[in-house]
Amino acid sequence: MMTNNQPGMTLIVKTITRLTVGVILLYGIYIVLHGHLTPGGGFAGGVIIALSFVHLMLAFGKEVALKRFSMAAASVFESLAGLMFLTVAVLGFLGGWFFLSIYGKGEPFALFSAHMVLLSNIAIGCKVGAGLFAVVLGMLILTKSEGKK
Amino acid sequence: MNMLDIQILLIMMVVGAVIAVESRNLLSAIVAVGLVGLFQSLAFLLLMAPDLAIVQLVVEILGIVILLRATIKRDTISPEGGFRFLPVFAGIVLAAPIVIAACLTALELPAFGHPLMSVAKTYIADGLAKTGAGNIVAGIILDFRAYDTLGEAVVLFTAVIGALAVLRKVGRKQKEERSAAE
Repeated sequence: MMTNNQPGMTLIVKTITRLTVGVILLYGIYIVLHGHLTPGGGFAGGVIIALSFVHLMLAFGKEVALKRFSMAAASVFESLAGLMFLTVAVLGFLGGWFFLSIYGKGEPFALFSAHMVLLSNIAIGCKVGAGLFAVVLGMLILTKSEGKK
Repeated sequence: MNMLDIQILLIMMVVGAVIAVESRNLLSAIVAVGLVGLFQSLAFLLLMAPDLAIVQLVVEILGIVILLRATIKRDTISPEGGFRFLPVFAGIVLAAPIVIAACLTALELPAFGHPLMSVAKTYIADGLAKTGAGNIVAGIILDFRAYDTLGEAVVLFTAVIGALAVLRKVGRKQKEERSAAE
């Protein structure tokens, strides 16, 4: 998959990318999951997740990145994550109001605490990551098509 | 907090913005835009807003990547433009009321570092007890003010749909085939 013979950047860039891309993705997931404890949150973590796939795309070319995370998958992820955030909001009606926090608070400063903030962070992280990656893919397809003319 | 740090960073941001506008080479203009974002991120960090600093830094990187992909394969020299009297004069006339109004507003604002905090006082005092989130910023934007965040998510969703609708492959492919057939 991530071989050196495909189009893309030089051998140095490809080797470094192979080492770092997984770490960047993990860091994005960490930022999303710890959004209610440390600085960061769903938006910043989602952008880092999108950047890890953009990193892969810049180094190895469009096809390798699309094999990992296709355009259709990005659309589905973004829409489902948007619906998930809305569901978190609508479930508040069980207690009486839109966006009412009915999920419990947990022990402060534990990973599974502030459940509403945690769920919203996960939803927004998926949404931002998939959405921004889809936009970058759209931009890249545009430049490729213009290059052929 | 040292005010001099912030002032130096603000001056560097203005210098970067002026370089980005005045530079003839598109590549160096993009690098100057990145400089503005980097200094803004540092300014947020000095003002003790790490959440904003992280968001500013990563969004700036994504923006630079998009700008580089969009311009690096193109002709990187922008068209010639000399100093012309009328546009500069019109710009000064249009900008003057805005600058004056901004200065008058700035005189009315509370002093730097002494915000009013009429609503936010409650958020900071009861944030941990009411939301259970250790990061007070996340507690505010996703619990107290989650409705705002829903609006922000809708804005992003609309922007992505709009970008993908404009940049989609299907319509452009048909147009290219039609122009090839003619």
